[in-house]
Amino acid sequence: MEFAELIKTPRVDGVVLHRPFLPTVEGTLCLTGHHLILSSRQDNTEELWLLHSNIDSIEKRFVGSLGSIIVKCKDLRVIQLDIPGMEECLNIASSIEALSTLDSVSLMYPFFYRPMFEVIEDGWNSFLPEDAFKDLESMTDEWRLSEVNKDFSVCPSYPPLVAVPKDIDDETLRKVATFRHGGRFPVLSYYHKKNGMVMMRAGQPLTGTNGRRCKEDEKLINATLRPGKRGYIIDTRTINVAQQAKARGGGIESEANYPQWRRIHKAIERSNVLQESLIKLVEACNDQSHNMDRWLSKLEASNWQTHVKEILTTACLAAQCIDREGASVLVHGTEGTDTTLQVTSLAQIILDPSCRTIRGFQGLVEREWLQAGHPFQQRCAQSAYSNSKPRQEAPVFLLFLDCVWQILRQFPCSFEFSESYLVLLFEHAYASQFGTFLGNSAAERAKLSLPEKTVSLWSWVNRHQEIERLTNPLFEANSLVIWPSVAPQSLLLWEGVFLRWNRSSKCLDEAYEEMVHIIEYNKELQNKVNSLRRQLAQLETEDPLLQTP
Amino acid sequence: MEFIRLPKVENVKLLDRVSPRRSRVGTLYLTATHTIFVENEAGVRNETWVLHSLVCSLEKQAATSSGYPLLIHCKNFQVLHFAIPREQECQDVHLSLQRLSQPESYEELYCFSYKPNVDDEERQNEWDFMNLKADYSRMGLPNAHWKLSPANRNYKVSDTYPADLFVPESATPPVIVGSSKFRSRGRFPTLSYYSKENHAAICRSSQPLSGFSARCLEDEQMLEAILRSNPCSDFMYVVDTRPKLNAIANRAAGKGYENEDNYSNIKFQFIGIENIHVMRNSQQKMLEVCELRSPSMSDFLEGLESSGWLKHIKAVLDAGIFITKAVAEEGVSVLVHCSDGWDRTAQVCSVACVLLDPYYRTLQGLMVLIEKDWISFGHKFSHRCNHLVGDPKEVSPVIDQFLECVWQLMEQFPCAFEFNERFLITIHSHIYSCQYGNFIGNNQRERIQLGVHQRTHSLWSYLWTNRTDYINPLYRPDHSQTQGLLRPSTAPYCFKFWRGLYNRFDQGIHPRQSVEDYLRTIQEETQQLEEQLASHKQKIAKLEEEQGWSVVQEAAPFDKSPTAWTLSHDLRLANTPQDYTGGFITSSPSQPKAPDSSGLILLPQDLNQTSIFSLSNSSDPESGIADLSCRSPLSEDSTRDPDSDEAVYSAA
Repeated sequence: MEFAELIKTPRVDGVVLHRPFLPTVEGTLCLTGHHLILSSRQDNTEELWLLHSNIDSIEKRFVGSLGSIIVKCKDLRVIQLDIPGMEECLNIASSIEALSTLDSVSLMYPFFYRPMFEVIEDGWNSFLPEDAFKDLESMTDEWRLSEVNKDFSVCPSYPPLVAVPKDIDDETLRKVATFRHGGRFPVLSYYHKKNGMVMMRAGQPLTGTNGRRCKEDEKLINATLRPGKRGYIIDTRTINVAQQAKARGGGIESEANYPQWRRIHKAIERSNVLQESLIKLVEACNDQSHNMDRWLSKLEASNWQTHVKEILTTACLAAQCIDREGASVLVHGTEGTDTTLQVTSLAQIILDPSCRTIRGFQGLVEREWLQAGHPFQQRCAQSAYSNSKPRQEAPVFLLFLDCVWQILRQFPCSFEFSESYLVLLFEHAYASQFGTFLGNSAAERAKLSLPEKTVSLWSWVNRHQEIERLTNPLFEANSLVIWPSVAPQSLLLWEGVFLRWNRSSKCLDEAYEEMVHIIEYNKELQNKVNSLRRQLAQLETEDPLLQTP
Repeated sequence: MEFIRLPKVENVKLLDRVSPRRSRVGTLYLTATHTIFVENEAGVRNETWVLHSLVCSLEKQAATSSGYPLLIHCKNFQVLHFAIPREQECQDVHLSLQRLSQPESYEELYCFSYKPNVDDEERQNEWDFMNLKADYSRMGLPNAHWKLSPANRNYKVSDTYPADLFVPESATPPVIVGSSKFRSRGRFPTLSYYSKENHAAICRSSQPLSGFSARCLEDEQMLEAILRSNPCSDFMYVVDTRPKLNAIANRAAGKGYENEDNYSNIKFQFIGIENIHVMRNSQQKMLEVCELRSPSMSDFLEGLESSGWLKHIKAVLDAGIFITKAVAEEGVSVLVHCSDGWDRTAQVCSVACVLLDPYYRTLQGLMVLIEKDWISFGHKFSHRCNHLVGDPKEVSPVIDQFLECVWQLMEQFPCAFEFNERFLITIHSHIYSCQYGNFIGNNQRERIQLGVHQRTHSLWSYLWTNRTDYINPLYRPDHSQTQGLLRPSTAPYCFKFWRGLYNRFDQGIHPRQSVEDYLRTIQEETQQLEEQLASHKQKIAKLEEEQGWSVVQEAAPFDKSPTAWTLSHDLRLANTPQDYTGGFITSSPSQPKAPDSSGLILLPQDLNQTSIFSLSNSSDPESGIADLSCRSPLSEDSTRDPDSDEAVYSAA
């Protein structure tokens, strides 16, 4: 397919662009295969460069022969283009619609993007399971790296290499895979160095209505327990939902078969409920009525904050079991690719200081989201403005980022990165020039040859300039477990994402700059004082009176 | 003291508000001024002091296994939950406190017995620190348009107004007296703020006694005089801050609002801020939400919405913005009134001042503003704050709303205010505490009769002396945000719940690390570095010059991170989990006990010697973390009975 076929009118002059909190711009609108570009004719600098894949939906309005296209983006921005001429407007609109909803992954921009920067470190090789396992090996010899899934046949959503208890052989793993949803047998998610406890994740057990049992499964997870110790199974579903799953072949670990485990049910919402929640929240934020009751009631009805609270609470519970109870934990929901990953990744943010660094957080996103098989492509296909009926879209990853932001707000000095890093990941998960978030699993990414054909987001992030921009000036490494508050009073609306385009952030940005200034001035003075001190010391030793007493 | 039936009760439990299973045992003492709880634990000197004047209400509950519960709700939003072993003791404590917390005469108030080590001359200096005349001359008054009127020198024209008032140059004594007779409580139109840039003024008064048709020539002349004192404008606004319906209802009582036909060149405007009764109920409802034991997100948001509190805050701010725009952008003078002109009028005028004039965003400026628009103009602090036992219908959190408006603005303009949140909270506490004389009585005349300046101390001087605690590290006098007018957004999502005030004592829910404290530490260190830099430079110059004598003086090297201590301090708190399980996991966390420190993060610690606001309520970092457990309505299957492991296990 040629993109040109979809572009009926590649260029229109005299288009006026309206953006929130920026002056309107008149200029020439150009459509390319991947971008919508508007540049003002006056000084030839580009004013807008928007990826088609970032466009969630469009609306057309006509007043006489002047048409307007309202472009609603996946990053929640809304812009308006006034286009003279009805035909041009219709052409542009239909092209945008077609280009922003391309079905084929291989037509996506990352396959065409060539980096304009020097790749110092190829992000595709930055977080290999082998490297992560080397770290694990330095702490314990109870785990091994299994290649049982090297051709993705045992579990299509797992990576080729997974960490499993040392005493469990590949044959056992194959059997367990048949007993777990999607073949997702329990694998290691996190090893808590402080006390040697572990967190595992899996798909739900396929017990069905007649209570099917799998001895190998029991053996696998029991192998992670110390003698005489009990573990916790955290099921992210309510007991009712979990019971109902039996009718569809799923189920729960029964006490009879898993006597060494205590099961805790939590209620984290999933799929369509979350997508609707996001749509309602964004709608509330865009409400122009200026009515306080309406705002609060819409905010409440969106349930977004409720989801944040539930997810954080469950993650805290998992962390508490590991760190405070000294128990190992197995986390699963249904598939083990959504709520499960929210819980396991947030628990690591709480427990493990290294996940709170820029690089460590990338590693976490790689391990617990990308390689763990969160279906990014499906979940992030559409955002809050989509008109089409949601299929498998759900802001699972955005909720995770929101929860991280909540912890960051409560521990503003404990993270190496600032809020902008989280916003960046949100944007790139939904639309990006990089291949990192394409595909739904390691298997799909391998099939698409993403490492060969696209650039990794990490290659771009892990450069000096970018790291500097994302660094939190308040950061002071702290090796402690950080326990966030989950009280409603403590959980705030993430303004940096949801109100980003609704209010001017000028004053808050200035405050941030002022903060940076205070810290940098202090550092500068420290350097000056130290260098003067050296100078002084030198002068003193050169002092003839002091040298010859 | 005669009201204390029982000075001491042993074996009293102080229960954690959110998780009653965590409790501390100690001895409860009743003194003439405070309730003191001393924890029994060996080696720990853990005391909780509560000033009687801060007690808002007492609540006895049905006996439980731990004893007879007595809840003390304080005006600074602290809630103490005691369990007293014997019924009689509980009864005695209850009756004693009931009497002690509701003084019948001003003489009983704490400010008259509060005796810091200060002599009379110093005391006089304390009071002289605040000088409103200086503020008026800062505004450029008196001038050709405005003069200081002696009309109310003896409080004869209006007994609730201050002695010194500014009126238009052309307002003659008969006009003033005539106008005052046509206004509720004699509160005639007088100046609150004057903008020297464009001559526009904010004036304030009470409602006119217009009824259905009455008019008053002098009052009309008074407004005419106000209009003429602004040479650049040919009309003025009259803003009635009440909802129209309320104002109309007042007409039947011979009061009401200005008829545009009778006053030349006025534009009349209603701004619907609700009355003190609505505000009282609204705050009460909001506080009930704050006190919920483990609310779900929906409980909280629904409760916040139905309390209407933020809606009222928005209304006050919107009114302030209306006036600000009239004065600064249109250059038009405004007369503001409500019914009596001491509640909504005070709110709106003072909010407008904060928006208009950067001076009122400084530490000193805010104190001056409260002194001017609230204290001097007769906001009825003793009635509104329930300093004495009195009519509960007179009580209303009008000043709380003003302080909250300022806080909401600070959230939007983090660099624009010289002071921090702690400053607002400290002022709030002392408005209610009766420790200082500033807020005693209902107007200037009463305070003079009480001899407040001779017999009590001034909060303003105390705050000024301790000002380093109240400085916002992000404030810079030359910052663009600091200059000129503030133009806040009043979109509903810009208003936040003020956790720092209303949940002030629930330590567990505040951020565990404070950016402000971090920056303060950095700035302190920067200051030391600047001094060192100067001294090093001096020494080097000296050495280079003289090549001879030198005094080696070792300065402490800055090898240690300046912030290390703040962090370790913070993280004692940080390193403690809440009960995320709703009691599912019952073993106690294994965190070692950290020594008591009440100055943790963002806590508006009062540095007062008498430590009336002891924050040691939950100073144990373990139990100090509120058990804001996470039992959601959806996850009730996890456990029903938090105390029984077995029950859970079999239910699962």
